[in-house]
Amino acid sequence: MAFALSAERERELEEIVSRYPNRMAACIPVLHFCQEQNGNWVSDEVIEYVARKLDLSTAHVKGVVTFYTLFNQKPVGKHQVWVCRTLSCALRGADRILEHCEKRLGCRAGETSPDGKVTLRTAECLASCGTGPMMQVDKRYYENLTIEEVDRVLDRLTKG
Amino acid sequence: MLQRTTYLSHSYGKPESWTLAAYEAAGGYRGVRRALSMTRELVIDEAKKAHIRGRGGAGFDCGTKWSFMPKESKKPHYLVVNADEGEPGTFKDRTIMEMNPHALIEGCIIGCYAIGAHAAYIYVRDELHLAKERLWRAIHEARARGYLGRTPFGGNYAVDVYVHTGAGAYICGEETALLNSLEGKRGEPRLKPPFPAQYGAFGCPTTVNNVETIAIMPSVFVTGGDAFSRLSALHHFNDGGARLFGVSGHVKRPGIYECAVGLTLRELIYDLGGGILDDRKLLAVIPGGSSCPVHLPDEIVNVPNDPRFEPYNGKSILDLPLGVDTFRAVGSMLGTCCAIVLSDVADPVLATQNLIRFYKHESCGQCTPCREGCGWIERILNKIVAGTATMDELDQIHEIASNITGNTICAFGDGAAQPMLSFVKKFRKSFEDYVLTGGKSQTGRLC
Ligand SMILES: Cc1cc2nc3c(=O)[nH]c(=O)nc-3n(C[C@H](O)[C@H](O)[C@H](O)COP(=O)(O)O)c2cc1C
Ligand code: SF4
Ligand code: FES
Repeated sequence: MAFALSAERERELEEIVSRYPNRMAACIPVLHFCQEQNGNWVSDEVIEYVARKLDLSTAHVKGVVTFYTLFNQKPVGKHQVWVCRTLSCALRGADRILEHCEKRLGCRAGETSPDGKVTLRTAECLASCGTGPMMQVDKRYYENLTIEEVDRVLDRLTKG
Repeated sequence: MLQRTTYLSHSYGKPESWTLAAYEAAGGYRGVRRALSMTRELVIDEAKKAHIRGRGGAGFDCGTKWSFMPKESKKPHYLVVNADEGEPGTFKDRTIMEMNPHALIEGCIIGCYAIGAHAAYIYVRDELHLAKERLWRAIHEARARGYLGRTPFGGNYAVDVYVHTGAGAYICGEETALLNSLEGKRGEPRLKPPFPAQYGAFGCPTTVNNVETIAIMPSVFVTGGDAFSRLSALHHFNDGGARLFGVSGHVKRPGIYECAVGLTLRELIYDLGGGILDDRKLLAVIPGGSSCPVHLPDEIVNVPNDPRFEPYNGKSILDLPLGVDTFRAVGSMLGTCCAIVLSDVADPVLATQNLIRFYKHESCGQCTPCREGCGWIERILNKIVAGTATMDELDQIHEIASNITGNTICAFGDGAAQPMLSFVKKFRKSFEDYVLTGGKSQTGRLC
């Protein structure tokens, strides 16, 4: 089914566009906006929609989508978990956190848990190095992680 | 010289510190009033006197950068604030945006006025949702109070501030990649020249500044440029003021500490960071984000023919004040002033492998030496760690990294090569140990 926003959401889209001197500049924020409305991934239909709304070629929009890691090119779980594994966090035990997440969720980094609830990923430095190890769950940061804290967070995600 | 300050961090940890009410109660929005009462030229002069060296990593003087903007031009001008904070080990700008966002908004008004811009875009990496939320909130508050919009503070110099969001790409922190990304394109760096001051955002004159560079400006205008510069122990190096220092990794109290410029690594690690975790030995420290060379505690400062270095020559690098030019003079880089500390529990070969994985992942792929070089080094390091590499391959790391340096469109290439060159040189024995014995006498872990 073709992707489209409601009339009210389209007004929000135009508000985003109005911040910039041209429509192309709204490409990334509008893609985020549409990705959220589309169950957290950017389908071909979303690309076509954004291209039409911003007077861009689909090739341009596709080029943008494939450049940035936060645009999902296929469906993902209901929740997304990113575990930072860059040096400062690694010095504080990021590997143990990631291993534990893989065990608990029954999937490897880059995959979605069998129940479809959580997509697990590794992240590169999330500007939280002083409070590592840390992970991001959807829009929230969890810092100074212990295994027990990870369990509490994952419990909420998988039961909820 | 350990001198704690609170220009940016006075509100950290206080309730509702991000609101306009709290900011004004603490004396906020006074600096901008003074700046707006001056001419544009005098504002730039005042900024120059403060010797604010860019806090984003390159250390270029902020007032001087502002002075490069054309005086007369028909095109609009833009201020773009670099809030992409992605340099491994760096987590200072986030604290400003989350806990003191009005300082950044106030700084944006001063910056816009100084460079003749009427719009500022704050480019925030997407992951920092709380920062974006607090910034938007601060913008709405400031607009409602008449501090932003057509007539800020009742004057006639219009300023608007917008938050723009990235989408997960470290390279977008590089200023020309950031401009492409702001324009709605792939975040690939551009060849310079032309520089942003001539041809920046949307083809118009643009200044790109780091969050902290802009957020400290209100304090400059309250304190006075010269007085603010003199807070620093490196005022005579034209490296002025106070700034945020970060420390992460193997210290007891990792965190962000605001101090006068001129703090030493020893003070950062031991006095502020509380010393090495589990009272172990300090193995090495990376001074300011992972793209800087790594240093060992037994390295000795030796800068002949410069009387300014007399007090430091012969001392440990841990006792050299952290400054843009002091660290450049010893062949290092100050970077973002956020140090990563490794105790002797950390295996330096695994640390090197961790870093190259980052750079391989983040290279934008435009330049062959960077794209291929990072991949080659990663493959060799993986073999070294697996115990299947030869001495020849170990030597190739140096060769490949040297070939990246200076042969690329942007400074990412150098940033990837520096840690490789310095780790392999300074921990040669550990690398050889992996090649010869499979790393038997190394710790084999990072924590
Ligand atoms: C690969 C790379 C990544 C960078 N990332 C950042 C960043 O995250 N934040 C930042 O302020 N500057 C970053 N910089 C530096 C910017 O290009 C630019 O020098 C800086 O934003 C200028 O601001 P300043 O003069 O106020 O420091 C990066 C540079 C490179 C080469
Ligand atoms: S140096 Fe690397 S990151 Fe920079 S433009 Fe070239 S390939 Fe891209
Ligand atoms: S290294 Fe994990 S947040 Fe920076």
